[in-house]
Amino acid sequence: RSRAAKMAAPAAGPVPVLRIVAECGRSRARAGELRLPHGTVPCPVFMPVGTRGTAKGLTAAQLAALGCRICLGNTFHLGTRPGSELVRRFGGLHGFMDWPHNLLTDSGGFQMVSLLELSEVSEEGVRFQPPHGGEEILLSPEKSMEIQNALGADIVMQLDDVVSSTTTGPRVEEAMLRSVRWLDRCVAAHARPEQQLLFAIVQGGLEPELRLRCIRAMTQRDVPGFAIGGLSGGEAKARFWRAVKLSTEHLPRDKPRYLMGVGYATDLVVCVALGCDMFDCVFPTRTARFGSALVPWGSLQLKNQRFAKDFRPIDADCGCPTCQRYSRAYLHALLRSNTAALHLLTLHNIAYQMKLMGSIRDSILQQRFPEFVREFMDTMYRGRGGPPAWAREALEAVGIPLG
Amino acid sequence: MRLKLFGAGGGRLGSLAGLGRGGAGALALPGCLLYTRTGAAPHLTHDTLREVRGVPGVAHIALPALAEIHDVLEEYKEGAAKFMGMPDAVLYCSLHDPVTPCPSGYNTNKTVSLWGSSGRMEMTASKFMDIQRAIQPDWFQCISDGDTISGEAGRKRAKKSVDRSLSFLDICLELQEKSPELQGSVMFGAIEGGDILEERLRSARETAKRPVGGFLLDGFQGSAMAKETKLKLIASVTAELPEDKPRIIHGVGKPDEVLECIERGVDIFESFFPFQVTERGSALVFSYDCHADPEAAVLTQNGIQDLEKNGAQEDQEEVSKADPEMTPFEIPLKDKKYHDDFGPLLEGCSCYCCQRHTRAYVHHLLVTNELLAGVLLMMHNFQHYFGFFSAVRDALRDDKLDQLKELVFRQALQGPAGATLKQ
Repeated sequence: RSRAAKMAAPAAGPVPVLRIVAECGRSRARAGELRLPHGTVPCPVFMPVGTRGTAKGLTAAQLAALGCRICLGNTFHLGTRPGSELVRRFGGLHGFMDWPHNLLTDSGGFQMVSLLELSEVSEEGVRFQPPHGGEEILLSPEKSMEIQNALGADIVMQLDDVVSSTTTGPRVEEAMLRSVRWLDRCVAAHARPEQQLLFAIVQGGLEPELRLRCIRAMTQRDVPGFAIGGLSGGEAKARFWRAVKLSTEHLPRDKPRYLMGVGYATDLVVCVALGCDMFDCVFPTRTARFGSALVPWGSLQLKNQRFAKDFRPIDADCGCPTCQRYSRAYLHALLRSNTAALHLLTLHNIAYQMKLMGSIRDSILQQRFPEFVREFMDTMYRGRGGPPAWAREALEAVGIPLG
Repeated sequence: MRLKLFGAGGGRLGSLAGLGRGGAGALALPGCLLYTRTGAAPHLTHDTLREVRGVPGVAHIALPALAEIHDVLEEYKEGAAKFMGMPDAVLYCSLHDPVTPCPSGYNTNKTVSLWGSSGRMEMTASKFMDIQRAIQPDWFQCISDGDTISGEAGRKRAKKSVDRSLSFLDICLELQEKSPELQGSVMFGAIEGGDILEERLRSARETAKRPVGGFLLDGFQGSAMAKETKLKLIASVTAELPEDKPRIIHGVGKPDEVLECIERGVDIFESFFPFQVTERGSALVFSYDCHADPEAAVLTQNGIQDLEKNGAQEDQEEVSKADPEMTPFEIPLKDKKYHDDFGPLLEGCSCYCCQRHTRAYVHHLLVTNELLAGVLLMMHNFQHYFGFFSAVRDALRDDKLDQLKELVFRQALQGPAGATLKQ
């Protein structure tokens, strides 16, 4: 008996990306579908990160078999090696990876700032020295769009002027205002608006006033979706959730909201409650390669000796290929000698994320999202002193008090 | 275990049936084993392995990895195959890993040293059998002294390897009789003797007198032994062995060497060679289609591309210099000439990688150190290698072994003959 979903009013232009199917009666959570060029994607959705055209050790077939219908490719890495022109000759990133479903590329900006010692930001763009040799490159909004057009992902991101969430002072405002100007330049330079959806990225750091100004400016531009950027970078969680909530409060209801860089289970649950639809994070795939398996009550560090004789699967309730067949003890032993162990853990961790998002979505459709949240928190934090304070506050603020 | 020979000339075409717990396992001969590292094919999960065609019915695991978790297996009680998530597999346990170097000089009259990820493990026959009781393999190599390959072993050392191995064999056979867990396991006796013909013959005759289920030709690993000597010894050894028991050889993987051994009475090989090729970022591309018209292959697929690029010859030489292990049967995909090569790894190959991806993509994965490179290359290299064995069996059946030999030996000298691979 789901509440009648209020369909987004049909737009005059192209079909809206987001179709809301159900909304939580208490919090801001919503469940729906993203209508994308390579097929429909249920949301809320977690997008695994594929960086250089591969979901790490998994084949495209394996990733699809886990239920993944959209993942991320990384413009900076692909743009430098093998280069976007080469990827275009392959039929874009889809052909290159043999991925029949949806792809999202970021602009390249974040990597540049975080990975390069010597990058310099100006109004023109970001100037940097490629780490593997070659001439200095200017990544401008135009250049980023050129690369992303060649890569051909279904969703492309504007080039934004990224500052760390712990930065304070006038630089934050400068970056926010510049990001608005760069959004306009990206929109103008975008050569394939029919095939590729350009999302804006809201900046403004942790300053509510700046963030609000940014949203007001960006929502005047006609883009099909909005990302909430500049967060999830080490800032205090108490400020993080408030910035997310402020953003979802003022972003349009009928367009998807993509919270960048969020991937821990608790963060996903809370931020869905706050009204976000899309997420990406390297965490689940990266932590797998360190031997860590994600479970509803935390994580198992399988390299630890305590698992040497633990003959249970990672999670008896997980239906993934790894849990169907292998025990913790075997994975512990295999980790020493065979990269297959890393792939088995990557498979499991992605399955875990997909299952989590599926459960979240089902609970919203069935109008029991608040109960789901409470059960989730109980499973995760019982015996560990209860959920963290920031999560409690955030959920309370959207109508889901925890006991 | 039942061995049947079909009477082809030039090699022992046949099959092994009735393998494994349920007796449903089989292995076509001549054939190879599936090389695994701690029970999983390298880089491959169960579902990616399933995409590979022609996977052999017997999996190969090396003892050191299992010896290191002996206590775990003892507590588990249900055997290594089940522990490793392959309860229905037929498992052969060899004493050493073909890919791990075994330093010389550590064996004694009573012990053999194994080398694993945590270093050296010294083992008596009794300890060895304890571990095998926990593993419960379908086939296993009896503990033996094969430390004769460094090239410095003389007659005395060769004699010792035979004496010790026979002594170990007798102890282990006795222990096996008393072990209920090992009643269904087949012991393979190791034939040692270094490069001394007399010792090899003695080892073969004496081992054949024991109630072993099969024979392992050991001590032929590495490159210290002269090729002529090696081949002569192999032929002499197999001539002494009963027809109705399988013969495995360790340490032989290159296609030309495989053919030479098959001609001299060897049945079963390991498949570490495609793994080594994978680890150096290469793809196997040698042809084994002896039905292809040799005159049509004047300009090879690789040849055309090489002609189009300047200095390709030098590139190939440079890369071979870079990796001394490179063979003429493979292409080094890290080489920059592949960065915009839109062809599959091997034209006509039906493997997962060749059907969906290109040399340029795999090159990109290698250059950016992506894990997926190993996955895709392993799938291709295994499938190609298993296809080679299938072609050997076809050639024996159709009496075309000479053509296949000529094709493979020519490539051993000149490099891949790559006309399209027809399957």
